[in-house]
Amino acid sequence: MKTPGIFGRYAFAGLLAGSLFLGAGPSSAATQIDLWHAFTGQLGTLLDEQVKTFNSSQSDYVVVATNKGNYSETLNAGIAAFRAGQHPDILQVFEVGTATMMAATGAIKPVYEVMKEAGSKFDPAGYIPSVTGYYTTSDGRMLSLPYNSSTPVLYVNRDAMTKAGLNPDMDLSTWDKVDNALTKLKAGGSKCPMTTAWQSWVHLENVSAYHNVPFATKENGFGGLDTELVFNGPIQVKHIAKMGEWAKEGKFIYGGRKNESGAQFRAGECALYSESSAGYAGVKAEAKFAFDIRPLPYWPDVAGAPQNTIIGGASLWVMAGKTPAKYKGVAAFLEFMSSPAIQAKWHQDTGYLPITMAAYELTKSQGFYKTNPGTDIAILQMTGKKPTGNSKGLRLGSFDQIRTIIDEELEGVWGGKETAQVALDKAVERGNKLLRRFEQANK
Amino acid sequence: MEKRVFFRNKWLPYLLVAPQIAVTLVFFFWPAGEAVYQSVFMPDPFGLKTRYVGLANFQFLFTDPYYRNSFATTALFSSLVTTISMSVALWLAVLADRVGKKAGRYTTLLIWPYAVAPAIAGVLWMFLFMPSIGVLARALGHFGYTWNHALNGGQAMFLVVIASAWKQISYNFLFFLAGLQSIPRSLIEAAAIDGASFTRRFWTIVFPLLSPTTFFLLVVNVVYAFFETFGVIHTITGGGPQQSTSILVYKVFSDGFVSQDLGSSAAQSVVLLLLVSGLTIIQFRFIERRVQY
Repeated sequence: MKTPGIFGRYAFAGLLAGSLFLGAGPSSAATQIDLWHAFTGQLGTLLDEQVKTFNSSQSDYVVVATNKGNYSETLNAGIAAFRAGQHPDILQVFEVGTATMMAATGAIKPVYEVMKEAGSKFDPAGYIPSVTGYYTTSDGRMLSLPYNSSTPVLYVNRDAMTKAGLNPDMDLSTWDKVDNALTKLKAGGSKCPMTTAWQSWVHLENVSAYHNVPFATKENGFGGLDTELVFNGPIQVKHIAKMGEWAKEGKFIYGGRKNESGAQFRAGECALYSESSAGYAGVKAEAKFAFDIRPLPYWPDVAGAPQNTIIGGASLWVMAGKTPAKYKGVAAFLEFMSSPAIQAKWHQDTGYLPITMAAYELTKSQGFYKTNPGTDIAILQMTGKKPTGNSKGLRLGSFDQIRTIIDEELEGVWGGKETAQVALDKAVERGNKLLRRFEQANK
Repeated sequence: MEKRVFFRNKWLPYLLVAPQIAVTLVFFFWPAGEAVYQSVFMPDPFGLKTRYVGLANFQFLFTDPYYRNSFATTALFSSLVTTISMSVALWLAVLADRVGKKAGRYTTLLIWPYAVAPAIAGVLWMFLFMPSIGVLARALGHFGYTWNHALNGGQAMFLVVIASAWKQISYNFLFFLAGLQSIPRSLIEAAAIDGASFTRRFWTIVFPLLSPTTFFLLVVNVVYAFFETFGVIHTITGGGPQQSTSILVYKVFSDGFVSQDLGSSAAQSVVLLLLVSGLTIIQFRFIERRVQY
């Protein structure tokens, strides 16, 4: 029995020495702020640039940005790290993870609290409400800082339109007109009249908000965990049924759940493409054809349409359990990230929305929208009307899984195996089961 | 009297097997026990609160028609992968064996795919068959066949089966070749002198003598198809379309690590654990009897 005791004592002494040694290190240098994110490639480079600018702008804090894979992987890494007590100070979480993060009250520190405690001059009114609304409580407290937000728009391949004998400037503002155009495109020999990215986000979540109909009860989940999906209403069914018809007639070509179809559009094969406004940079870099950006079409027979579209993307969450000194640094960094110059540059480089009105005004005054026509459509579409309970955003537990369910059922429609009504009813039923599970786990 | 080795020291034998037992305990019993324990709880993702739910996780699983379907998908997928990879490997091994000593170069080339990680194998095949820009998908399009594994469940299944089997052929090939080379030449020559054709010699002499290798590979391949093909499915189809390629182990991953539903994921692990133990017992009790060592 004696040996473990001696061993234990040595180990303890070693740990003590180690912690003393470690403790001495950082206190002498600037406070390190860890940021875990999901950006690679061009976006990763731009993020690193922002961090570098922040680090060289002051000497108290050093932000260290680390890529942790894609959105899901980053969220998982954050969760696993939290369980092990090794979590970063800031975690980038995609919009579908919002409810998960919100429910984790002991794991996060709301942004408004961080800002208030740090005495930062933080004015929620300066942010664009339809962007921040997604991440704000019903009583107006901002929980996470929107970082990259985009909204769906319609990309038009002008050359493909001309080739099929259509006027590339033709009105495509409503789905009826799009329907007409697709028929002519098909008759004109187009192999891919229309395709889409992120089908659930564009054609269900946004179609619901855009026509001011609920996607889920309780203000799309903002009002409580006991929300239920209701996206099998007549407007959504009509839209999906129409798309199913197009798929059957070869007018809508399905390319995959994410943005796989983008390759086909950028190669010049598709005439119309509904995609995130953040797809702009890619299209601009690769397209060897004339293109323009149009607002997302709507159904004109719906009263009040178009309302406003909702965002997708990710926000920055501050994690709990850190020292006040760290939170001060986090506040400084978040303030820096919201500054007009940084936001305007980010907006112009990526096609993501600016999160403040100031950044939008700055971009406008710099003449960016004049030289890059169509880049302001996303923001106009977001800010055209004051968001309603149906168009603020979505806050649903297990939303990633629910999206997968929607993807599965929509694929049934595109493949002609299910009618739109049956598919949406099934998706609602399956999704509601997950919502009840989430409610149970987070009560 | 029978001769037996005696250990006077009571502890020595235990000490000698202790490392093995420790490894098994730490890497098998502990995680498996943890899974069983977690399967009756419903934790939130961050582990802040956990509530005991009894068998509700299992009930949730078995009332889900997609989960029940996933058993059939898994059965179809594993039997296709196992059959294809083993039969192609056997065929290649027989051919290489016939070439004799000069077969070294073929052997080396045939082993290569085994070094490719499942995820990379998945990406390679995905590029070949990508509906919009894949070389093979385009070629099929030229012959008037529309390839879109994002929508067509049959095509998606075909693709993940081919990608998974392709990788495993190398491994099976090596074992079959070694097995073939250890069959005494005299037996085959005697049969040849008696006038047995190549096919007949194969089925009456070679194949039965190869049965220990075949049995070993059967077990290994089933386990491979159940557990290690996850990377291929993740990269090519993500379980879609409409869960037509969502095998059991893939659901464990996607529910646990994509959707953070750890309770359900743990319950699925338990189901999978029971299923694979059952399969292994069946294999050893019923199939091994027919193996001639």
